[in-house]
Amino acid sequence: MKTSLQPRPAWVSHFTSRFPQWRSMAQMEDLPEFRSYLEREFPEGASEWSDGLSRRRFLGLMGASLALAGFCSCSRQPIEKLAPYVRQPPELIPGEPLWFASAHLLSGVARGILVESHEGRPTKVEGNPDHPGSLGGTDAMMQASILQLYDPDRSQTPLKRGIPSTWNALLTELLRPAARWGATKGAGLRFVSGRTTSPTLLDQMNQVIARYPDARWTIHEPAVNSSALRVVCNVERADVILAIDADFLGSSPAQLAYARQFARRRKPGDTMNRLYVAESAPSLTGAAADHRFVLGPDDLFRLPERIEHVLSGASDESMSWLGALARDLGNHSGRSLVLAGEFLPAAVHEAVYALNTRLGNIGSTVQYLPGLPEPAKALPFSDLVAEMQNGKVEALLILGTNPVYTSPADIDFAKALSRVPFTLHHGLYVDETATHCSWHLPETDTLESWSDAAAFDGALCLLQPLIEPLYDGISPHELLAALLGQPAAKSYDIVRGYWLQRIGGADFGETWHRALSDGVVAGQTLRPSPAVATSTPRTPPEPLSGEGLHLLIRPDPHVYDGRFANNAWLQELPKPLTKITWENAAHMAPSTASRINLKHGDVVELDFFGRKITAPLWVLPGMAEDSVLIHLGYGRTSAGKVGDGVGFNAYALRTQEAPWGGSGLQVRATGARHVFSTTQEHSAMEYSHPVRFATLTEFKKRPEFVHAIEETPAYEESLYPPVVYNGYSWGMTIDLNTCIGCSACIIACQAENNIPVVGRDQVMRGREMHWIRVDRYFSGPAEAPQILHQPVPCMHCENAPCEVVCPVAATVHDSEGLNAMVYNRCIGTRYCSNNCPYKVRRFNFFHYSETKSPTLKMQRNPQVTVRTRGVIEKCTYCVQRISAARIKSEVASRAIRDGEVVPACAQACPAEAIRFGNLNDPVSVVRQFKKDPRNYSLLGELNTRPRTTYLARIFNHNTEIS
Amino acid sequence: MSAGAPIQHYERADDQISSIVLERPFEWRWLVGFATAFTFLMLLNVSIGWLFLRGVGIWGVNVPVAWGFAIVNFVWWIGIGHAGTFISAILLLLHQQWRNSINRFSEAMTLFAVACAGMFPLLHLGRPQVFYWLLPYPDTMGLWPQWRSPLVWDVFAVSTYLTVSLIFWYVGLIPDLATLRDRAKRLWIRRAYGLLALGWRNSVKHWSRYEMAYVLLAGLATPLVLSVHSVVSFDFAVGIVPGWHSTIFPPYFVAGAIFSGFAMVLSLIIPLRRFYHLENLITSMHLENCAKVMLVSGLLVTFGYASEFFTTWYSDDPYETGGLLNRMFGLYGPIWWLMMACNVGVPQLLWSARIRGSAMALFIVSLLINLGMWTERFVIIIGSLHRDFLPSAWGIYVPTFWDWSTLLGSIGLFLTLLFVFVRILPMISIAEVRREKEAAG
Repeated sequence: MKTSLQPRPAWVSHFTSRFPQWRSMAQMEDLPEFRSYLEREFPEGASEWSDGLSRRRFLGLMGASLALAGFCSCSRQPIEKLAPYVRQPPELIPGEPLWFASAHLLSGVARGILVESHEGRPTKVEGNPDHPGSLGGTDAMMQASILQLYDPDRSQTPLKRGIPSTWNALLTELLRPAARWGATKGAGLRFVSGRTTSPTLLDQMNQVIARYPDARWTIHEPAVNSSALRVVCNVERADVILAIDADFLGSSPAQLAYARQFARRRKPGDTMNRLYVAESAPSLTGAAADHRFVLGPDDLFRLPERIEHVLSGASDESMSWLGALARDLGNHSGRSLVLAGEFLPAAVHEAVYALNTRLGNIGSTVQYLPGLPEPAKALPFSDLVAEMQNGKVEALLILGTNPVYTSPADIDFAKALSRVPFTLHHGLYVDETATHCSWHLPETDTLESWSDAAAFDGALCLLQPLIEPLYDGISPHELLAALLGQPAAKSYDIVRGYWLQRIGGADFGETWHRALSDGVVAGQTLRPSPAVATSTPRTPPEPLSGEGLHLLIRPDPHVYDGRFANNAWLQELPKPLTKITWENAAHMAPSTASRINLKHGDVVELDFFGRKITAPLWVLPGMAEDSVLIHLGYGRTSAGKVGDGVGFNAYALRTQEAPWGGSGLQVRATGARHVFSTTQEHSAMEYSHPVRFATLTEFKKRPEFVHAIEETPAYEESLYPPVVYNGYSWGMTIDLNTCIGCSACIIACQAENNIPVVGRDQVMRGREMHWIRVDRYFSGPAEAPQILHQPVPCMHCENAPCEVVCPVAATVHDSEGLNAMVYNRCIGTRYCSNNCPYKVRRFNFFHYSETKSPTLKMQRNPQVTVRTRGVIEKCTYCVQRISAARIKSEVASRAIRDGEVVPACAQACPAEAIRFGNLNDPVSVVRQFKKDPRNYSLLGELNTRPRTTYLARIFNHNTEIS
Repeated sequence: MSAGAPIQHYERADDQISSIVLERPFEWRWLVGFATAFTFLMLLNVSIGWLFLRGVGIWGVNVPVAWGFAIVNFVWWIGIGHAGTFISAILLLLHQQWRNSINRFSEAMTLFAVACAGMFPLLHLGRPQVFYWLLPYPDTMGLWPQWRSPLVWDVFAVSTYLTVSLIFWYVGLIPDLATLRDRAKRLWIRRAYGLLALGWRNSVKHWSRYEMAYVLLAGLATPLVLSVHSVVSFDFAVGIVPGWHSTIFPPYFVAGAIFSGFAMVLSLIIPLRRFYHLENLITSMHLENCAKVMLVSGLLVTFGYASEFFTTWYSDDPYETGGLLNRMFGLYGPIWWLMMACNVGVPQLLWSARIRGSAMALFIVSLLINLGMWTERFVIIIGSLHRDFLPSAWGIYVPTFWDWSTLLGSIGLFLTLLFVFVRILPMISIAEVRREKEAAG
């Protein structure tokens, strides 16, 4: 009987299913009596316990259920709504990217962008040619903004004292006191935010203040000098420019426009402009100057006044450079331009204003505008902190700013924060401030939500989302709307509602659509602040002075005030003048360092009125004597996996009286040494001539001077017949006369070509992966050297040394002249890299491509292979863009037009220094540039015959200054 | 075989050599040596394991110095191998009878050195799993190797060299294997040697064919002595890197190879001869001859250096001049001076008959030359790569732990093989010694 319960062989069950067997009639009829009998006799499972196999199975099941129980505790899977296109959007063709206009904000000021989107996934940012803040160019931060969107360290959910919560929970907690604020007129309610130019947001802010009249709004923008005069220049009109510590080509929201205008006047000839720069620390503008004067801060402050004296004949400086400079400015009245650096004291700004007035430049090359609007009844930051400390603040809402990290060292914001009962931080990251607040609310990235903003000149544009918020982000508009009693309002309705009210009109729908697709709202500019008296105008602080060196505190060229510290692209981007990555340094002139017995790489203690930090010393030629330059934005403790613990925190030396430094700095060696992670160890050109330059006079005398330096072998000197290109023949020129060395091309290339980040240790080993690098050389005396930049992508040599030595033909020449790299074929001998005289080939020493983070995967350009460990990679001239243009042209049965293929580097370049095109096309722009007498090949004497060539740099020297 | 005194003479030599393999018990000194070498071999295994797990990034290589210790070691080991072929093939054809005492040993050394060398180019690949793409085989991709690349020539040069060396060594071993078969007492040992002896019966016919084959193989191996290192030198000479792009490289590399090979023969044979009491077979005459070859090849290497200096000066090429000055006075300057001292200075001691006559002195000299030749490859590869054309791309190379462990590990592999070799095969050719004694009467 027992046997019948045991598993039967397959043939038995097969047989029995066909010929049922029974033991009794009862069984055959499956009567309940039989079943109960059977159950009594053989209780279910009873015999199975004795069976070894089943016990094992039981244990197996136990194990499986334990494992599954573990799975149950995993985080909630994201809800992914799958739906095919029932009706395909007419503009969307799978595989073809779409472009949407939006804007990138730098301290609130917009630079227009066009965002490339692949099936709803933004992958790349380009400049918007129609936007006055971009004109088609981008800077490194704009390019890197796409990585910020996908940053896995971004805040993902509201937090109440560090514990995940919800937006609704926050709303209930926020709206309960809000009812009371109505009664108390919002006394004790305080807001602090970064600077904004969004008319919608400003309108909402003013509505909040109108609703709660005793509430106050504080603008805290650490890297902006709010006391500086707001100017808008027409650089293109200026024949002679004097920049006094003004880095107008390097770091300003107007940089892209100015760089393009400046570059348009750099064609060597009679129309070429002349740039004088006087500065204490080298900047990109200084590097681009025809004459760069290194002056200590005190001399800088007096410079406008001294020029004024020369112009008015009060002093005779006929012999000095100053006299020559003043005369040059005077001779170009109305066509000259004097710019004062943002971080100079207000007195200097006023003196420069007077100088521009005297020179008749106002209205011609420069316009002075009222400052950017602020919300009504703005409260200075220091007053806010005083109120917080006095317990007068009941609720503090911190919007998109990080004051715990960025407030001056003499303000303990974290401590003040602890005295406020209700604190809310609204931001992209759970940063230093968020960890000190009772509530944190994730903010949407600018690519995730609707907004609007103004360019540096006031022109307004709309920001449109490219993607649904990746996390539970709330836009600032929605947060303010909640305070205004509309917790369900969506950014789109808020922004559109504002504009409907502002422009209105029957054809609003059309205007709105146009504004969205163009990226600018035609004819609309920022309205100045309503004439509400702000608090008493504060006299801007004068620089501190004391015994010792002069300290200069500036925002970092890449991580800015620290807000981009968690952006690995920006961290790994070499600083334009030092080529340092992943850290900041204290910069000092070589002469000063040797005078106080310090060496490059010494770790020094900086003591500024009793506040001390330790920093590694970088000896930088071209620094003013007795000055030390440090950058903000490093030493963060709660930035994320990338930005934590990188560099030193310069805010620790920053005080309210001296936000940009002053004199009185003591520097002491600590005895420790530091090794920098830099991408360029050597700054002299030595016996090589990579960057060729001449003065305008020399150039006019000898236009072919570039070829006199080295002899380039004739093409016929080869055993092989010349290769003929009948179709396209691609080539590139890089104009060193307009290149400002801003490094936007590097990040643009990184974003376009899925180039991995390698980290500080690997950079120190010399393994950075950038396909294009910007070399920086110093030439001339160490006190005031000429700073030269040279972008170096792959040269796509016609006689490529790399191709000959590859044993597996993984790098080959294609029919259009490209030096192609076949990743799949590469076995990684690295012989090509050794044989490349330009050293532009990059090797995946480890598996550098980040493949674990799902969000970072979304950033990838689907047109470009992600490389694996052990293969070489390098610049391809953006071959994917050439292919896309070819497909388009072949569909239309025509040739690729000039300008249709723009590599990422050329597209990003704000100065239009990089030109690319078909050399076989007689009218192509690149061909015209190749005909320029300044055109030369880098290391042409090796007979590599590069397709990328350079146009020599020409200095428009004032002949009166030797 | 004839009767008389000579028989005893060579019978004694037979005994002496074969007893090392057949009768000598395991000794603690051998065991300690073997264990040490084996430890380093295990270090090599760990290093290779880690390398395959993580990638070549565990080494100090970078851009611009994309070739590091792996290629330095490759060239060094290949060079060491050359002495064996030189001794066994060229000296055989030149009827230099003194070679007979050291040819077997140096041929074995060649094989082991080539084994060590051959490993490095494969380990150094970014994707070692597809190393076979270097071979011309009908693959689905329809691709052949790129024949203009010296690395493809290397594959053929090194693999040919390994094959010919192996066959040459084995053919030379056959009569000795038969001797061991005949003398072995235990059955399984007799069987093992018998299997390897391929039925050798010492017949005149066998000898006649053997002689013919051996001389032919010697003729085949002789050009390899010149070709292999010439091809290896093309890896550099074909490149455009200043300090590499030079026509002197092939002869200079061959001379360097023989130089380092003889140094390695001496470094190994001097302690072995003492340990196994082979002074009667490997006499001071042998050591002195090796020293003389070292002196001559050392002078050729010196001539190579001088020629490099001259061409650099004569070309007036700023990159060549800058590169040379950088080698001498740059970051790696001390290594250049060490190379000069070891490869130019030290061999001059060999002019002295007293030094040539002292085994201890020769041992030290040979070790210094080995070191010198390793530094020469370091200077050529790293010294040239770290500063080539554009100053912006100049960099430095710092070897990591794994660089050193792979180098030491390869020495471990080499010594392990040698320790095993001296215990299982006759390290001196019994047949040749027998014949030499016979001829000497």
